[in-house]
Amino acid sequence: MCGIVGLLVKKPALKQQLGQLMVPMLIGMTERGPDSAGLAVFAEPLKGSARKLSLYSGLTEAGADFDWHGLTHGLQQHLGVTSTIDVKHNHAVLSFEVSPDIVKKWLREHHPKLHILSTGQTIDLYKDIGTPSMVSDRYDFSSLTGSHLVGHTRMATESAVTPDRAHPFTAGEDFCLVHNGSLSNPYGLRRKLEPHGIHFDTDNDTEAACRFLEWRLREGDDLETALHAGFEELDGFFTFLMGTPDKLALIRDPFACKPAVVAETDDYVAIASEFRSLAHLPDVKHAKVFEPAPEEMYVWNA
Amino acid sequence: MERVSFDLASTPLREVNQFLYQKLQAEDERHVEVHNPDGAHNIAVGLDQPVTVEIHGHAGYYAAGMNKKAHVIVHGSAGTGVAENMMSGVVHVKGFASNGAGATAHGGLLVIDGDAGLRCGISLKGADIVVGGSVGSFSGFMAQAGRMVICGNAGDALGDSLYEAVIYIRGEVKSLGADAQFEPMTDEDRATVADLLRQAGLQHDPASFKRIASARSLYHWNADANQEY
Repeated sequence: MCGIVGLLVKKPALKQQLGQLMVPMLIGMTERGPDSAGLAVFAEPLKGSARKLSLYSGLTEAGADFDWHGLTHGLQQHLGVTSTIDVKHNHAVLSFEVSPDIVKKWLREHHPKLHILSTGQTIDLYKDIGTPSMVSDRYDFSSLTGSHLVGHTRMATESAVTPDRAHPFTAGEDFCLVHNGSLSNPYGLRRKLEPHGIHFDTDNDTEAACRFLEWRLREGDDLETALHAGFEELDGFFTFLMGTPDKLALIRDPFACKPAVVAETDDYVAIASEFRSLAHLPDVKHAKVFEPAPEEMYVWNA
Repeated sequence: MERVSFDLASTPLREVNQFLYQKLQAEDERHVEVHNPDGAHNIAVGLDQPVTVEIHGHAGYYAAGMNKKAHVIVHGSAGTGVAENMMSGVVHVKGFASNGAGATAHGGLLVIDGDAGLRCGISLKGADIVVGGSVGSFSGFMAQAGRMVICGNAGDALGDSLYEAVIYIRGEVKSLGADAQFEPMTDEDRATVADLLRQAGLQHDPASFKRIASARSLYHWNADANQEY
């Protein structure tokens, strides 16, 4: 069991309240996922060639006392890369104006235990073990702003309870996925993807789905075609919610084994595993509430 | 008739269910209102008194599950397993219902004004289900007794491995399940549909429904079938 939540605001004024509206959604899914929580938020893109990485230091020896400024200093010294860093507890967003591959290679060499959560121009990603309430407090989720986000509360069934196996998962740039369910062929997918040079961080089944879909997108599929390929290749139970810089997308397996409910008003689209995570939203009593059908693609534009 | 009102925004659900289950006296029929259900699970489960419960909003999983004698109205949608294993009484969902609505229900009437999700009436054991909208795939799977009236369409594998339950459908069937077959409507069938529609408060011409029942070819093991059915 797991809980998924997603929120996309249509009214620009609500972008400032994105985190505030979402925290009760995430906490509402505590019973479905008490062991870990996470979310990816999409905000205004960085300009030009600028990129950012979300980084997690909880797996390093220093943990929350990680020397983040030493890291930016090292980047300057070794690569001549100027970067800025925004730190929250054991999490930081590192921004710079070079190819992210150069920075990531350097990070892997010099800080191998630092976990790279996400890469892109618009995405910030947070995830850690703990109840949704604890994780929300740790990273001050209620202060987050942006146009849309996807969140997850985890009750692990397929792999261990560790921060890197929490959701969302990412692959490539500005793409993330959360999953409620379990896949029966993640190793088959992995054997299919690894010969293409695709590297896996964990043994988690959701990571296989995430990397498969991102690979299809990178190969030139549009989101709809990639998701269609997903229906062909992914075996098991799933409700997937995906985020890109300008879209939220949702699919459910043909048996609709894992729940999802949507509430839509003129101001927002909110998605959750269950209605109890939507009940607090403004004017939800007048929202259009529906269950997404199995094997249908739902795409909402930011 | 005395009216009792609970607000789930301020009252724990357990208190409401304890009131409905333990404190109600059989002889004094009551009318109970539940406000702000907000998707809570297990509202009004296991009732065994002739009480009317009106839930104002969206109910979570297993609303009115195991119902006996009570009349439960959901003014909103219902989550997974509404009225599952109902024994008698009436459960009326004014919005849509999620998966497994009326699963294994033995008796009583379940009315869903909107659509029902997948596996509606799975393993039905004698209850009646009327769906104003459409039903998802695998509805009526292994249904043993009772009747389903579907005013809209059905997804895949409708009535798969049916026993003696009968399904009446007005719209399109994406596919029938194994051993389910269309059969001619008799006068008795039309009277049955008319009666169930009347109980559900729905206005359709009973003659516009088709009957689906078991071909009974899966009832007995056929050693010569070589696993081909």
